[in-house]
Amino acid sequence: MVFEGLAEKLQNTLKKLKGKGKLTEQDVAEAMREVKLALLEADVNFKVVKDFVKKVKERAIGVDVLESLTPGQQVIKIVNEELTDLMGQTQSKLTFASTPPTIIMLVGLQGAGKTTTCGKLSGLLKKQGKRPLLIAGDIYRPAAIKQLQVVGSQVDVPVFTMGDKLSPVDIVKAGVEHGINHGNDVIIIDTAGRLHINEELMEELQDVKSTTKPHEILLVIDSMTGQDAVNVAEEFNGKLGIDGVILTKLDGDTRGGAALSVRAVTNKPIKYVGLGEKLEDLEPFHPDRMASRILGM
Amino acid sequence: QSYQSIDEDLFEELEEILITADIGVNTTMEVIDELRNTIKQEKIKDPQEIKNLLKQKLTDILNQLSSTDLNVEPTPSIILVVGVNGVGKTTSIGKIAHRLKKQGKRVLLAAGDTFRAAAIDQLKIWGDRVGVDVIKHQEGSDPAAVIYDAIQAARARNIDVLICDTAGRLHNKKNLMNELGKVFKVVEREYPQATKEILLVLDATTGQNAIQQAKTFKEVANISGLVLTKLDGTAKGGIVIAISRELNIPVKLIGVGEKMEDLQEFHVKNFVSALFGEE
Ligand SMILES: Nc1nc2c(ncn2[C@@H]2O[C@H](COP(=O)(O)OP(=O)(O)OP(=O)(O)O)[C@@H](O)[C@H]2O)c(=O)[nH]1
Ligand SMILES: Nc1nc2c(ncn2[C@@H]2O[C@H](COP(=O)(O)OP(=O)(O)OP(=O)(O)O)[C@@H](O)[C@H]2O)c(=O)[nH]1
Ligand SMILES: [K+]
Ligand SMILES: [Mg+2]
Ligand SMILES: [Mg+2]
Repeated sequence: MVFEGLAEKLQNTLKKLKGKGKLTEQDVAEAMREVKLALLEADVNFKVVKDFVKKVKERAIGVDVLESLTPGQQVIKIVNEELTDLMGQTQSKLTFASTPPTIIMLVGLQGAGKTTTCGKLSGLLKKQGKRPLLIAGDIYRPAAIKQLQVVGSQVDVPVFTMGDKLSPVDIVKAGVEHGINHGNDVIIIDTAGRLHINEELMEELQDVKSTTKPHEILLVIDSMTGQDAVNVAEEFNGKLGIDGVILTKLDGDTRGGAALSVRAVTNKPIKYVGLGEKLEDLEPFHPDRMASRILGM
Repeated sequence: QSYQSIDEDLFEELEEILITADIGVNTTMEVIDELRNTIKQEKIKDPQEIKNLLKQKLTDILNQLSSTDLNVEPTPSIILVVGVNGVGKTTSIGKIAHRLKKQGKRVLLAAGDTFRAAAIDQLKIWGDRVGVDVIKHQEGSDPAAVIYDAIQAARARNIDVLICDTAGRLHNKKNLMNELGKVFKVVEREYPQATKEILLVLDATTGQNAIQQAKTFKEVANISGLVLTKLDGTAKGGIVIAISRELNIPVKLIGVGEKMEDLQEFHVKNFVSALFGEE
């Protein structure tokens, strides 16, 4: 694999430069080829990689090659800094409404992990002292409502449902009212998985948005996603204006380059990561850890 | 504007097409290198011809594989459907059941995912839609026991094809992969005479990790075919080219939507055209 030794490869490529003074354009170009391959192998989008490499190149050319560090390490340092910068320097938190309830809506492609994450997030917020309500807004997937009810009961959070015969807009409208009447200070809406190119279903989400005015629209993305992550993120962000991202299934062995792609095209922070099928497997996102993971270091 | 630079631009464009289709860096580089060699040897000059040549190379890789027909003859047969979380296993089972039933086969489903919330209910709804029975236990019960019961039922009811759902599991989780091993053992022991098809479902949206998925599932199971789902989106599913090349597993079916009818046979020519954005 390209990755296993990105650090080592960069060291080797640049070893001969030790003590040479400054990195030249030619030296950097050689190193950048390795970086480019590593990022592509990690599923970072082609265009994102191109822009990224260009930026790192500009910074790396002319850098002093200190005796104490190998040039490879220096380039890695720049790559890492730029990656972390792109990924966001700090953890990004959820925004809560000044006047409750805070309304959170989870959206994304089919099978990304929305329903499971609804359960996880409501469980987490409950532990933090909130009184969450889940709304079953997926009327399409077989047994989606039952699934949300099961995960809701596992974290002891109530689930509002009106079956699958009414439109999601009607359901969420009634659900939010229900939540307000029952003193729920956080309302999380589960939505059906859909393709970003499905006009009709994307319009449905826009209607749900204008009906409920969510404080947080979170795009749920499978961390195994490949090059298509940018198309998905661009479309969901363009049509809905997302506030953040939740990256799921990071308990796998994917490099997770989609994280970088999504962040680069939307400029919206990744707020949480899913690390398993169990409902406690949700953690705040750490940009620096993700940078190292993508680079395989 | 030298001939040389036009040439390099073209290669870069081709490289971009392959990489953005998730074919992967290694396979892309290898295929492009081969392409360069062929162009040199055959002194090809026409850019349009170069694109066709590349398509041909990809087509050849996919065509080298064994038959892509679903292997359900002679009956009785059993299809086990495996894969990581959320790729489309249960939905594909509904679609396959529908297809086989239309062909006049007697089909039975086994709710082998006893773990995920409402997975059993989901399969049951598919069974009702298609009009086939589902053998199920309680949520949380032993999947191997469900498969055992389903095999006995298939025998007793003279079923042609038994299709077994399994829980989604990440390939890097040893204990979950071992659990799958137990299910296979039951099948070997209880249904030795059945024709076996073990399908690995891959989501076309998946990037390079799909190679690892295929490798690891192949280690615990004799994967006989792939089902590539969600091709109705904008993802191209190019990773199956790398998988074909490295692991020699054919794509047998593709998923192109969420409805019962949204299942198609895999046509190499159409797939390769779609990689290049041609329908
Ligand atoms: N390993 C792992 N599995 C996860 C994670 N998050 C979700 N899953 C699994 O992924 C699969 C799909 O999750 P769902 O919550 O049903 O996904 P969804 O986005 O609601 O799916 P649709 O409603 O069909 O669009 C299930 O098997 C979940 O258990 C995670 O962080 N790690
Ligand atoms: N657009 C599209 N969606 C699909 C396709 N196949 C499955 N889906 C959707 O993907 C989601 C997940 O499908 P499932 O069949 O539940 O996937 P699974 O692999 O059984 O999931 P787990 O059992 O949780 O691991 C559902 O929303 C399906 O409707 C397809 O070919 N195209
Ligand atoms: K497609
Ligand atoms: Mg769901
Ligand atoms: Mg399933």
